[in-house]
Amino acid sequence: MHFAFSDDQRAFRDAVRDFLERECPPSVVRAAWNGQLSNLWPQLAEMGVVGLTVPEAMGGLGMDDLDLVLIMEETGRAGLAEPLVETTAVVAPLLAAIGGTVAAEHLPGIADGSTIAVMTFDAEYAPWADRAGLVVRAAADTVELVSSEASRLRPQANVDRARPLFDIAPRVLDGGPVLASGPAATALARAAADRGALAVSAQLCGLAARMLDITVEYVKERRQFGVPIGSYQAVKHHLANVELELAYARPVVYRAAWSLHVGDPLAPVHCSMAKVYAAKAASTAVKACLQCHGAIAYTLEHDLHLFMKRVWALLPAYGDPRWHRARVATHVLG
Amino acid sequence: MMDLRWSPAEDQFRAEARAWLEANAPKDPLPHGDTFAGFPVNRAWERRLFEGGWAVVSWPREYGGRDASLWEWLIFEEEYYRIGLPQRVAQNGIFLLAPSIFDFGTQDQRDEILPRMAGVDDIWCQGWSEPNAGSDLAGIRSTGVRDDAAGGWRLHGQKTWTTRGAFATKLFGLFRTDPSAERHRGLSYLLVDLDQEGVDVRPVDKLDGDAGFAEVFFDGAFVPDSAVLGGVDKGWEVAMATTGSERGLTLRSPGRFMAAAARLIDLYHRIGAPTHDEQGARDAVVEAWMDAEAYQLNTLQTVTRLAEGATMGPESSVNKVFWSEMDIRLNEAALRLLGPRAPLVEGAPDAVDQGTWMSAFMFALAGPIYAGTNEIQRNVIAERVLGLPRK
Repeated sequence: MHFAFSDDQRAFRDAVRDFLERECPPSVVRAAWNGQLSNLWPQLAEMGVVGLTVPEAMGGLGMDDLDLVLIMEETGRAGLAEPLVETTAVVAPLLAAIGGTVAAEHLPGIADGSTIAVMTFDAEYAPWADRAGLVVRAAADTVELVSSEASRLRPQANVDRARPLFDIAPRVLDGGPVLASGPAATALARAAADRGALAVSAQLCGLAARMLDITVEYVKERRQFGVPIGSYQAVKHHLANVELELAYARPVVYRAAWSLHVGDPLAPVHCSMAKVYAAKAASTAVKACLQCHGAIAYTLEHDLHLFMKRVWALLPAYGDPRWHRARVATHVLG
Repeated sequence: MMDLRWSPAEDQFRAEARAWLEANAPKDPLPHGDTFAGFPVNRAWERRLFEGGWAVVSWPREYGGRDASLWEWLIFEEEYYRIGLPQRVAQNGIFLLAPSIFDFGTQDQRDEILPRMAGVDDIWCQGWSEPNAGSDLAGIRSTGVRDDAAGGWRLHGQKTWTTRGAFATKLFGLFRTDPSAERHRGLSYLLVDLDQEGVDVRPVDKLDGDAGFAEVFFDGAFVPDSAVLGGVDKGWEVAMATTGSERGLTLRSPGRFMAAAARLIDLYHRIGAPTHDEQGARDAVVEAWMDAEAYQLNTLQTVTRLAEGATMGPESSVNKVFWSEMDIRLNEAALRLLGPRAPLVEGAPDAVDQGTWMSAFMFALAGPIYAGTNEIQRNVIAERVLGLPRK
């Protein structure tokens, strides 16, 4: 039993954190709100982050879910507005699992940053589909490609303008190449959605940690009644609650990564728990951090809302927390 | 590299523990240990545990342990609670005082105290709180007055909220030995024999009906110099180490809550949820089960750090808030399932599980109060984990 990341995993995480602190400050997230495309994607591809899950033979780093979960947490912390969950956590492992010519055709382009990929599931909107060169669709009992030319994107303006949402209506529903069908397709789609839920859970932890950091700094500086407001118990207890929830969400998220990595049959249940706990921690963080700032963080000028709104956008992504709780309940209670 | 599987050696340890417990544990559920009738029965069982070498698995063999790793201790705890055994009447000794004896005790103190503690020859209780020193522990007024002729200290004052005080033979506590010093200075950590003149133990009835809770009055009771732990006037540091153990890993191991969650699920399967509350009660049950899992996972991370040589810092306060509040939610979920039967107690014809869920709920409500209130713990988290200013 050893529940910690390796030195290599932590070193790569630190390198990505340093990069994002330098290259993805809140001003970059804010620019994405205004539709301004950053140059982060090619740089992340250059670092190997985009191709993290792509096999080495196809130009990627060939890393596993444990590496992935730490990097996803960092992208959450930075508020990164790039389709990394979709491309790197969801579609690339799916294509690698299918293998063959499909993998050989698309994975090198994903790894080198030239192909952005998204996957659409029934009843969920696809983020960043406008930038996707590759759209994979999970249908009733198939997993199929939908060429972006053949699809009609309908933008769905949403609370997080840095993460545009679309629904995708393929003109010809059965027109795309079928990658898998029958039980194999169901299993592939399920695994892809679970990995999406895991990646989003890690991002929610990162977002909660970032909002907590911002707020801790603020309440140490901000003075009222002659003292820092962070010296008041009411403020302390709000922020202690965020720390508390994060302390229990993180190991649940990391365990889900381990279970996916080793192919534990309970991995879906563990991914669901990850989403439940990460969503709870992030929701607590949003409310506590806004409250501890007071009106200043209710302004668009303040950065906190960039992270708050990302949380709200991610809560329903890849299964909302109630759907996941129900899945755990089915496992535990029948 | 991360590896969340138990090793073959750890699996072997689990199998050995399980086999011994299944062969030796009482067939009928033990009565509650904090009752006058139940205490001696539990003490006899814990003596059996000691004779089998399972009382204090993580201690060195010379004191009655089996040199088990922290991992093996966690496994033992899982197995202990899994078969339905209750919390230990020896707990305040073996889980709270013992770590401080190992860290601060002299060789003589270890040799004399630890085997008798493990073998339940001595039952230890804690003497921290006083009528005017609760959360503000440094406000302690009980004194130890120097008695040079006798070579020790004479105690005066009052301790209170002493769990199992009515059954205990020994008390560990803080006393002011330097009357000129203030607050956390001038306190000594004394190991007191309760069976002597000048000690008066008065039981206090508590919310959940259990006995054993007590006030302890001192009027000239004697503590020899050999029973000062960690040096005269240096008691605060030792006491903080003890409270770290109390809030941290050892007092409430994950196995206890995993077993409680399993019993809750069993209850759900036996009686279902009230028709007016099916979804809500079901959600509460699954959330309690998930909390027990989360607590175990957090503990596995902590033990990994400890096994690599780290020490438990202020994150023990994070731990304490979580387990105490989880315990309440878990028992509330059971009461939700019970619906109109929730308030029924032992003896009522319709009582489920002899009304133990209601008493467990009441016991759980003490969790955010004892071992340092959760308000104090949240202050500790804010100040020492997050770095917020004290003033």
